[in-house]
Amino acid sequence: MTGVEDLLQTTPLLIVSISGLVVLVIDSIFRNGERLAFWLAATSLLASGLHGLYGIGETGTAFSGMLTTGGYADFCAALFSLAGFLTLLLSRDYIGSRTTDRGEYYVLILFAVAGMILMASAADLVVLFLGLEMMSLCFYVLAGFTRTSFAGNEASLKYFLLGAFATGFLLYGIAFLYGAVGSTNIDLILSSASHLRDQTFFLIGLSLLLIGFLFKVAAVPFHMWVPDVYEGAPTTVTGFMSTGGKAAAFSALLLVFAPRLASQIGPVREVIAVIAAVTMIGGNILALSQENIKRMLAYSSVAHAGYLLTGVVAANGSGSTGILFYLAAYTLMNCGAFGVVALLESREGGRTSFQDYSGLSKSSPVLAGLMALFMFSLTGIPPFAGFFAKYAVFSGAVAAGYTWLAIIGVLASLISVYYYLRLVVLMYFSEGEHPVPAPVPLAYAALLAAAGAVLFLGLFPSTILDLTATFF
Amino acid sequence: MMTTQLVAMAVFLPLAGFLINGLAGRKLKSELLIGAIGSGTIGLSFVIALILFTGMLGTPVADRTTIVTLFPWIEAGALSTSFAYQIDQLSILMMLIVTGVGFLIHIYSIGYMHGDPSFWRFFAYLNLFIFAMLNLILADNFLLMFLGWEGVGLCSYLLIGFWYDRRFEKGSTGDAAKKAFIVNRIGDVGFLIAMFLIFTTFGSLDFVSVFPQAAAFPVGHEVMTWITLALFLGATGKSAQIPLFVWLPDAMAGPTPVSALIHAATMVTAGVYMVARCSILFALAPTTMMIVAVIGAATALMAATVGLVQNDIKKVLAYSTVSQLGYMFLALGVGAFAAGLFHVMTHAFFKALLFLGAGSVIHAMHEEQDIQKMGGLKSALPVTGRTFLIGAIAIAGIPPLSGFFSKDEILWKTFSGGYWPLWIIGFVGAGLTAFYMFRLYALTFEGTKRWEGEKHPHESPLTMTIPLIVLAVLSVVGGLIGIPESLGGGNTIEHFLAPVFGPAELAMRLHATHGGIEYLLMISSVLMAAAGITLAWKWYRTASNQPVRFAERFAGLYRVLLNKWFVDEMYETAVIRPTVRGSEKLLWKGIDVHVIDWTVNRLGTFAQWVSRTVRVVQTGVTQNYAFVFVAGVLLIIGWILSA
Repeated sequence: MTGVEDLLQTTPLLIVSISGLVVLVIDSIFRNGERLAFWLAATSLLASGLHGLYGIGETGTAFSGMLTTGGYADFCAALFSLAGFLTLLLSRDYIGSRTTDRGEYYVLILFAVAGMILMASAADLVVLFLGLEMMSLCFYVLAGFTRTSFAGNEASLKYFLLGAFATGFLLYGIAFLYGAVGSTNIDLILSSASHLRDQTFFLIGLSLLLIGFLFKVAAVPFHMWVPDVYEGAPTTVTGFMSTGGKAAAFSALLLVFAPRLASQIGPVREVIAVIAAVTMIGGNILALSQENIKRMLAYSSVAHAGYLLTGVVAANGSGSTGILFYLAAYTLMNCGAFGVVALLESREGGRTSFQDYSGLSKSSPVLAGLMALFMFSLTGIPPFAGFFAKYAVFSGAVAAGYTWLAIIGVLASLISVYYYLRLVVLMYFSEGEHPVPAPVPLAYAALLAAAGAVLFLGLFPSTILDLTATFF
Repeated sequence: MMTTQLVAMAVFLPLAGFLINGLAGRKLKSELLIGAIGSGTIGLSFVIALILFTGMLGTPVADRTTIVTLFPWIEAGALSTSFAYQIDQLSILMMLIVTGVGFLIHIYSIGYMHGDPSFWRFFAYLNLFIFAMLNLILADNFLLMFLGWEGVGLCSYLLIGFWYDRRFEKGSTGDAAKKAFIVNRIGDVGFLIAMFLIFTTFGSLDFVSVFPQAAAFPVGHEVMTWITLALFLGATGKSAQIPLFVWLPDAMAGPTPVSALIHAATMVTAGVYMVARCSILFALAPTTMMIVAVIGAATALMAATVGLVQNDIKKVLAYSTVSQLGYMFLALGVGAFAAGLFHVMTHAFFKALLFLGAGSVIHAMHEEQDIQKMGGLKSALPVTGRTFLIGAIAIAGIPPLSGFFSKDEILWKTFSGGYWPLWIIGFVGAGLTAFYMFRLYALTFEGTKRWEGEKHPHESPLTMTIPLIVLAVLSVVGGLIGIPESLGGGNTIEHFLAPVFGPAELAMRLHATHGGIEYLLMISSVLMAAAGITLAWKWYRTASNQPVRFAERFAGLYRVLLNKWFVDEMYETAVIRPTVRGSEKLLWKGIDVHVIDWTVNRLGTFAQWVSRTVRVVQTGVTQNYAFVFVAGVLLIIGWILSA
């Protein structure tokens, strides 16, 4: 029976999607509705985020078993809303100074978040697919949101082509699984894994589904789109895609593959382990020779997908809570890093190379300090959240007997020290001239909040680790 | 409940003082305000210590130990440590000494540091020191104690090098500061190793957990010996004992109040406190106890002999401190823990007094420290002169001043414990102490003036003389709480501390003995002191050529003593130069440059090369991307199906 109760159980989804619709209407009716639209969007994302932080409900199902609610779904919803909220604050001036249609931008962010929430709450592969496409479609548009920008258009088109390509595989995988199991219910598929593990159609279905997810999380060798799209898309959108988008894909990966499936089907787990290793090494190695910050962060995002995948391989409680903690930390620090890049970027999309950051600590000490903090956290240096994030997933892998993978992870992150700290060195130990960016109160508030949260989570990681431990 | 807040306040008030003066001190223009903040916080801590102390006196002996847990600190695997303080007889005694003497020295510093451009920085460091010291003595576990231990070391370093632009002997004050820090690091290694051993042996670093467990070990157990030896190495560093005493004389490069507070009254006694705190561990390791006693006695004698011939007023006092610390370790080594602590207390009074007096003299003489260029200062500095004399009598061991009771208690316990060779050393040392102290007093305050040029020394301001007077009173009466039973006293301090040292004394099967011989020893040590005083008085009160003739007759010995037994030179040749040369030639230019750096750089360039080579794949052509994608798909499906 679908009714009011179902709606109430899915509060975050409800808040975000309704406000998305309302903002859409406001934007098309009022001429100067931008302010109202912005605050409505921001408030609804904040509300949905706080709901997840303070009102995590009992686990249950809604809409005739199509959605799971409470617990895990609520936590993920809070995470996505947070990513959306930070992005909104960082974007208002950035987008406003580059296009005239800010209202649409807010709508797209809201719908993308709604899609993400749908993914994390899916109890059925069809719903999962629905959420994934909802999110992806918004991303395709967002990537090319600056319509006059050549790079933006290229990014959008490339993303769309390859995304559609990947969606094909994903859908095909779902079809195979339906053929093998006779249902698209995730729970049912997982519980039949034990007796279907040698069935070819079932395995092909799983592989294709996995490939669809691996594309979304940007794992090697399905990562090729990432540098081009991340570089070309508006910087704030890149920040959103790399955090919210990745988090959503991982939340779906956790839902289907870890911890229940990976531990049952050996070959799948092995494949994920190898891909994790290749992703960590490849992402970090390729980031080394980048001269553009956005491309560097793109490859770094690939590398982080690799670290996160070790948590999937671990397929145990520690790995899974580690992934959720990691996603929270990564959302904060990567949104922060892209936020700084966005603030410093010139209107034409310039000033994003490493050299443009030399001597930044003199002209913009606050931004340089924040960027340094985010870089340290991305490197995984205590006491910042990035350290405990890595620690959590790696210790999960060690506990599951994948010590070699953890060792590769640590060595790979050793490489990352070079390119993250290179930026810090440039900012603090070389000379350079910079136009001082105009202060943007909203964006600064978002950055400071993100930095504070990165530090807080680094000092008190148990706040999230203890909470998420109850989900698995 | 109430205790928790009080203890937290007592510890964190000095930290607050440090933060206020350290962060805003430069902008606070008024010296009075800075000094008031600096001294006030310590004064309040002292008041709290008094409150806690009277509260403790009002509770039955069995309930006098209180553990105050502020917050959990480190939880990692089996290790669980809290920021927690243990208030018991031992720690409250130390707390009273540290905050009480510390308060007086803070007050004194307001006058002494007047006009210094870094006035605020001085008080900030001083407050930070008290904070660290309180953590050291109040900690209820080894880790927090180590935090305080390192904290006081840091403050000592900062304060020795406080006048970083001044020269000191052959180098700068920075050299002296570094020497103190590095020598202390050697001792700290011992402390760390001891902590590791304690943790692996007992699975905890909390005193309440470690000590009862240790009591179950048999006497002479190997682990105990290693733990206590490592701890004692730490103590020799912090408390300037052989072989790590060399930093303390150089620590005199710091301002004189620092010498009084850190390098005489409080920090250097941290090693004594630590050994006393771990008395049960040491009691179970007779070998270590023997080493402690021998090192203590040897240090007492060696430093006293050096003190005989030094001409720098602070140097004499520095060696005197090393020597007196030796007495304290002698006491600990023979199992007389309470006597050792008693001497810590009386020594804090009279040595702080002597150092502050020396500071007052140096102040009046415009930074002159050579006693050859002083003399006759008695009339110009009446308060300083008289209080200094009281301090000298106290340390010389003339009854009924405080030094007599504490030193005699140590000597008696040494003798009655059967360590008569050590007693002889201590006995001789007592004579030397009396001699060098009165030599110092006579050369400084008696006789005629020996300085050149226009100097008109006059008495220091009240902020400096009042602490001197208070400390002089304490030096006189401080011994009264430890009058031995044989002299009709109650030996209050020993009974007060007895519960803390009970387990250790039980393990060592010690029992108090008294007898006629105790009086004999007392009388002979008083006579010894009197002889030292008389000789010094005869030789130095008026210009006499006796000392010179004596020095000429024993020219070799004189040279050895004047050059401090050539210990610094020995370290220089045997340790420092080989280490520096080895580090430079082999470790730096050899291994570091050619092996480590080379490897790291090659790895770095290799990674860069791989990166540049592989990035070619990223063509920007979407079809290529899709091609790689499909290759990945085929590999994955192939793998999963073939497995």
